[in-house]
Amino acid sequence: MSATAGPPAPALTGGARGGLVLFLVRLLVMAAAVIGWQLGARAAGNPYFLPPAQIASGMYHRWFDGPASHLWLTADATANLLPSLGRMLAGWAIAATAGVALGVAIGRLPLLADLAEPLVHLGRAVPPPTLVPVFLFLFKIGTPMEVAAVAFGVIWPVLVNSIDGARHVDAGYTETARAFRLSAAQRLRRVILPGAAQKICAGLRLSLALALVMMIISEFAGSTDGIGNEMLTAQSTFDIPLMWQIIVLLGILGIVINAAFALAERHILAWQRPGQAAA
Amino acid sequence: MTAGITTASRAARRGYRGAAGLLLVLGAAQLALWAAQVSPTAFPLPSAVLDSAAHLGTSGGFWASVGSTMAVWATAMAITVAIAVPAGLLLGTRPWAERALSPLIEFLRPFPAVVLIPLVLLIVQDDTKTELVIVVYAAIWPVLINTIYGVRGVSQLAKETLRSFGFGPLPVAFLVSAPSAAPFAATGVRIAASLAFVVAIAVELVGTGMNGIGAFTAAEEGGTGSTAILLAVALWSGLIGLGLNAVFAGAERLAFRWHFALAATSGELG
Repeated sequence: MSATAGPPAPALTGGARGGLVLFLVRLLVMAAAVIGWQLGARAAGNPYFLPPAQIASGMYHRWFDGPASHLWLTADATANLLPSLGRMLAGWAIAATAGVALGVAIGRLPLLADLAEPLVHLGRAVPPPTLVPVFLFLFKIGTPMEVAAVAFGVIWPVLVNSIDGARHVDAGYTETARAFRLSAAQRLRRVILPGAAQKICAGLRLSLALALVMMIISEFAGSTDGIGNEMLTAQSTFDIPLMWQIIVLLGILGIVINAAFALAERHILAWQRPGQAAA
Repeated sequence: MTAGITTASRAARRGYRGAAGLLLVLGAAQLALWAAQVSPTAFPLPSAVLDSAAHLGTSGGFWASVGSTMAVWATAMAITVAIAVPAGLLLGTRPWAERALSPLIEFLRPFPAVVLIPLVLLIVQDDTKTELVIVVYAAIWPVLINTIYGVRGVSQLAKETLRSFGFGPLPVAFLVSAPSAAPFAATGVRIAASLAFVVAIAVELVGTGMNGIGAFTAAEEGGTGSTAILLAVALWSGLIGLGLNAVFAGAERLAFRWHFALAATSGELG
């Protein structure tokens, strides 16, 4: 999946004016898409296709019209959005911790790598949705089952990228650290983890996007609250506006989560950006 | 000569160790479950899972489900390639269009397609078509984006060289652009193939009354309720997924040997 997760290529046209023109063109394209959707949906008058303005106002009243003391979140939002986000982040955090720890160990120890290779290949080939019923059986309906499903589903990108990153740390650095008699813990903290950081971050980012998907699948399969459960309610009551609201909310959520991680990643990896190294 | 022998013996050693690792983990799990006297209904023994997997291997019902999933998968992949490759070629050769549309693509791409299941079911009113729509939506992005990258990375020098020899736009496209972009598109197709398989199972699991592997597990979950069978289905699905990936990776290596010789691509495990 790494091929699709690459950073966007820098714009070819240099200069501030080119950037501004591009920005305006992009804004225009997005605006045209939204306006086209609005006009098209209104002209069609089809009950299944709602115009975006109606979806947006519905979303506002459903989730973000609450008292200031609750950060403007409504009761519906605190009852459904927060549990879903909590499960997603908990599952991702477990996967991140376990994935990095195991991945670095496998990446640095050739014997362990040989032993673990078929297991890792098989584990990441298992489609995570097939395990949701298993977790449903082991944990019954509830948060532990959803967290487990998210954690198992998203550990693989972190694990594989951590293995790859730790394995390919520049031997010059590790040998130097050895020559200076750094302890194993120091080598890990000062040489191996920073050397593998870029790969690890790429894995963490992929798995964060995946966590959103696994959260929804697990909530579809069995839950008593959460965004997925709200979607099931909408389905059983044919509440089409609610369906659209959830779809748009999750689309925005995916982008916000990705942007937040990109920001954090830029902070974490700031020291190894080529621009600063050259300066 | 000696180099060949050492790589061969190293590969053999990796094979032995890999098998040992599998046996070690399964054996440890088996012993731990025995020692703790965990009831087989609470958590199945690895031996029970392997036994169920062997039974599933000869079960007509299971393979009918696999066939149903694979039929949808194949159709979805054909639609995906038919849409995403031409679109990628178009956007890749017109950088201004690609740059103008990129926010829209970046908005649509990370969207979790499974959320659409209830709405698409309601609109399409057909299980198979719903599954197709969702799977194609999920699978299209890796192919599209890899094709764009591939076309964009075509050597300007090679194109100019051909042009200066008097070749027209069509020969340049076929002799330079297509061969250098194809390996990237193929990588996108391989990623999409694995993704499509997983998403198809997810749709079958979530949608009610569907066919396929996902529906098979959902039915087992409600019926026998045996975790050993559920894990056996997951195991078989994993093996099928591995097989799919191996077929596509093998085809890539065969078709684009020259490309892999030029650019040693890593990133895969081992």
